[in-house]
Amino acid sequence: MNTPLYAKAHRSINEIKGPLVFLQSIPDVRYGERVTLVDSLGRKKSGQVLEVSERATVVQVFEGSDGLDQKSTAVFFSGDVVKLGLSEDMLGRVFDGSGNPRDGLGEVLPETERPITGSPLNPVCRQQPFEFIETGISAIDLMNTLVKGQKLPIFTGAGLPANRVAVQIARQVIRQSKEELIVVFGGMGITSREYNYFYKEFQDSGALANSVLFLNLADDPTIERILTPRLALTTAEYFAFDKGRDVLVILTDMLNYANALREISSAREEIPGRRGYPGYLYTDLSMNYERAGIIKNQKGSVTQLPIVTMPNDDITHPVIDLTGYITEGQIILSRDMDRRGIYPPINPLPSLSRLMNLGIGKNKTREDHRQLQDQLYALYAQGKEIEKLTAIIGSAGLGTTEREILRFTERFEHEFMNQGERPRTIRESLALGWELLSEVSRSELRRVEDKYIDQYLSGKTAATPS
Amino acid sequence: MIVGQISRIAGPVVNARGMEGIKIRDLVRVGELGLVGEVIEVKGAEISIQVYEETDGLKVGEPVKSDGRPFLVELGPGLLGMIYDGIQRPLEIIRDQTGSFIARGATGDPLTKKKRWHFVPTVKAGAPVAFGDVLGWVQETPAIQHKILVPEGIAGTVAKIKEGDYSIEEPMAELHDGTKLHMRQLWPIRRPRPIAQKISAGVPLITGQRIFDVFFPVTKGGSAVVPGPFGSGKTVTQQALAKWADADIVVYIGCGERGNEMTEVLTEFPHLEDPRTGQPLMNRTVLIANTSNMPVAARETSIYTGITIAEYYRDMGYDVALMADSTSRWAEALREISGRLEEMPGEEGYPPYLASRLAEFYERAGRAICLGNHKRQGSVTVIGAVSPPGGDFSEPVTQNSLRIAGAFWGLDARLAYSRHFPAINWLTSYSLYLDALQDWYTQEVGLEFVQMRQELLEILQKEDELKKIVQLVGRESLSEPDKLLLDVARTIRDDFLRQNAYHEVDAYCPLKKQYYMMKAILAFYGTCKVLLGKISYEEMLRLPGWEQLSKMRYTPNEQTESYFPSFIQDLSTMSVTKEAVA
Ligand SMILES: Nc1ncnc2c1ncn2[C@@H]1O[C@H](COP(=O)(O)OP(=O)(O)OP(=O)(O)O)[C@@H](O)[C@H]1O
Ligand SMILES: [Mg+2]
Repeated sequence: MNTPLYAKAHRSINEIKGPLVFLQSIPDVRYGERVTLVDSLGRKKSGQVLEVSERATVVQVFEGSDGLDQKSTAVFFSGDVVKLGLSEDMLGRVFDGSGNPRDGLGEVLPETERPITGSPLNPVCRQQPFEFIETGISAIDLMNTLVKGQKLPIFTGAGLPANRVAVQIARQVIRQSKEELIVVFGGMGITSREYNYFYKEFQDSGALANSVLFLNLADDPTIERILTPRLALTTAEYFAFDKGRDVLVILTDMLNYANALREISSAREEIPGRRGYPGYLYTDLSMNYERAGIIKNQKGSVTQLPIVTMPNDDITHPVIDLTGYITEGQIILSRDMDRRGIYPPINPLPSLSRLMNLGIGKNKTREDHRQLQDQLYALYAQGKEIEKLTAIIGSAGLGTTEREILRFTERFEHEFMNQGERPRTIRESLALGWELLSEVSRSELRRVEDKYIDQYLSGKTAATPS
Repeated sequence: MIVGQISRIAGPVVNARGMEGIKIRDLVRVGELGLVGEVIEVKGAEISIQVYEETDGLKVGEPVKSDGRPFLVELGPGLLGMIYDGIQRPLEIIRDQTGSFIARGATGDPLTKKKRWHFVPTVKAGAPVAFGDVLGWVQETPAIQHKILVPEGIAGTVAKIKEGDYSIEEPMAELHDGTKLHMRQLWPIRRPRPIAQKISAGVPLITGQRIFDVFFPVTKGGSAVVPGPFGSGKTVTQQALAKWADADIVVYIGCGERGNEMTEVLTEFPHLEDPRTGQPLMNRTVLIANTSNMPVAARETSIYTGITIAEYYRDMGYDVALMADSTSRWAEALREISGRLEEMPGEEGYPPYLASRLAEFYERAGRAICLGNHKRQGSVTVIGAVSPPGGDFSEPVTQNSLRIAGAFWGLDARLAYSRHFPAINWLTSYSLYLDALQDWYTQEVGLEFVQMRQELLEILQKEDELKKIVQLVGRESLSEPDKLLLDVARTIRDDFLRQNAYHEVDAYCPLKKQYYMMKAILAFYGTCKVLLGKISYEEMLRLPGWEQLSKMRYTPNEQTESYFPSFIQDLSTMSVTKEAVA
């Protein structure tokens, strides 16, 4: 995204406010055009035209307006919208949040260039997702299956290990696909500790060679975060739809993205919506999240795994709420499970993959998958209810069935959910699921058909008459 | 032609000057690319335009043109089975032009000009005709006769009319004054199509969904709102209705929602059968897809495009059902554009005219005697999804919709979490059409239907009260009749109200089966009441009836008559002996 300098420098700045620079009206400037600003010391910043009129031209500065002044700053207009140069050589590379190399390995020679806002995929060209992605995590693969072309966010809380889960998934899906799959990683406002963690993990596991990283750090300009996910998604679409690769996009943390959007909106004195976020937050978020999917009769796919922090663990926070309204389900991390040392701390009850049915079953995972999932879910939900009850009235009055369900629940959490970092194949997850079902008597297994019980239920209680 | 220049660009709103004579709602072409837009404000010499395509790259000074006409939808044979964006661009043709991703400036004829339709006249030369009269028909799909109506502003005596094959551009009739009549007509989307008379509606839209048909029915010509937090089942509900409701025509509007959901409809509907005609469902469906990432101004327009098409088929005498998923995204588009116009905001930033716009939209639902000859009757039923932020129903879109719509189907996050689908809260939802429908149900299914509905609701209400007691003192302290009521209520919830939209059989439940299912539950309840005190409650719970009731919904629909009467008989006379229990 380096800018050649254009002949004409404009110095007609009227006002600088937050990330916005207001100039006098400049002829021939395009809405959405890319801009370079040079301050009195010769430092360059990039920006984009936000509004043009006969009275004024408004530019938003991605690197922030610090150091710019009204008199000496020169503004250069590029004559074109913001684009990203793309090439297969981007694999294995790390870029900053504006798309400049961050790894000291020099510029990438672009094969093609694309506007980073993307275009909407025509609904008639979409292929309905149908293929299962194995993440190695039972709580996802068996309980909330991720499907190629899906957008499935992880809702997390401050201090919960969402990044660790994300890296684990990235590593595993690359390995599982025999390095066919590519991970594009967009980090917005991540700390340098997180940066080191991601970089090291990607490098050590060999995943880096199959990844492209765009990282905007916490002390990088906040406004740049507007660009980062768009760069990541433009790159993903290039690899998926130009090169026919399956691409998994991990975006963390979309809360920081939304906060950057809020900052610009308030600098423009727009009417604020809920908690100060602009009224167009839904539209803006969906312009990013909808960039996932598969195209009919074409190889390649874009799958999204955005990570969003719930401030104060509040699921009704507007950024979380709108994300839930756009994406196709959600994986929710639980503070309670984390405290109890369960990793990954995925709470199966509120988590949901809406496209699960499309990716599972016969010839995909296994014919009993749906029913086993239903049964595990129902028993676990029941178990949690019983736990709540016993907390009030004690366990003395519990019947055998209830005790069985409690034992199931205990094992479900500590063995099934708490799997650590060791990946399980879907077969292993299914087998473990069935093994746990043997904790309860067969008559309690109302969600699975007898033929599957006969086939898959292991020893212990199989003798119980139905 | 009015020609002016762009004076300001701010996202989807563009200002222009030098457009004397232009009117609000006129259609304009913006910039060198000729982007489609609509005038939404005229203020002195400057106008504001909402542009239906992305405005990136536009410059001040680029031309804006208009021929002073509003945005018009094309109506005529060939609408059924089509998928359009919010401004009626056919998405399949756009694909052929610009590939998988929608590029700007693409255009396409909403109705194919190539196809020739076989027109059969129903009036003869010499007949006087006027707006709304039926001139004849073409067989649009095997099940739908598309009536060709006289367009607005035309009246006279038919001079020539001839059976034959015509494209939508070729005149198939002529009046004495030389006016040529075509099968295609145009209509400005924001103006309701006129009718002769609104009439009260006494017929339910049968949906095959037990909770609606039994508890909260909507009339043909009525309106219902479905608010609910994310993931609670709005889309699954809307799609179930689009599949199974006994409407002649379905208009399904994906308004600011997901691309994959439109693909789902496009993938499934051609393979599903309309339960009444056996035809592929797609043959009775018109899809409007303006997904969340498509331009926001066209999203605002999409519901008007949809309802105009719905009214057009109503005018032929059909029952049309329209689903809008989601009206909140439409309201947000309104808010976004209002914000760019720097209008004074009302509640939650929505423009003050939100309530009136919503009312105008829902008012276009209704049952009517159509304009013109034959005294045809038709209806438009509107079912609007609402997506309240945080699932909080006190927000303006939900509240304003509730004020107008006749049925409220409230989706409940807690039910969805516990995987009780459809997650419609049976205690807070309501239908104002019950009185109007009482006669229909009594005549068509039987008086008992209405009474049984009442009984089931009462049991569920009683359950709610008892549950509060149970939370305080535990279930064991309840009397046996109360325990029984709780267990029957659970059966009503789990085995009657729950309905799996993905299950081969359960997805659609014929009305007669709904009737029998209620009857079975109440028959068994009666039997249990008799048994109270005669056997222990533990024994009562082991009666086979409970399990049988839990499976009745999977009885194949075509076996309804052969299975249920004897099943109900068994349940009501269940042997009272100890052996039956053991
Ligand atoms: N009747 C039903 N039968 C079975 N499953 C259902 C039913 N209704 C909803 N579900 C489940 O709930 C999920 C979410 O439903 P749906 O997509 O309709 O939610 P929504 O209210 O439209 O959410 P959003 O506002 O985010 O669009 C579905 O993917 C499905 O798993
Ligand atoms: Mg939905």
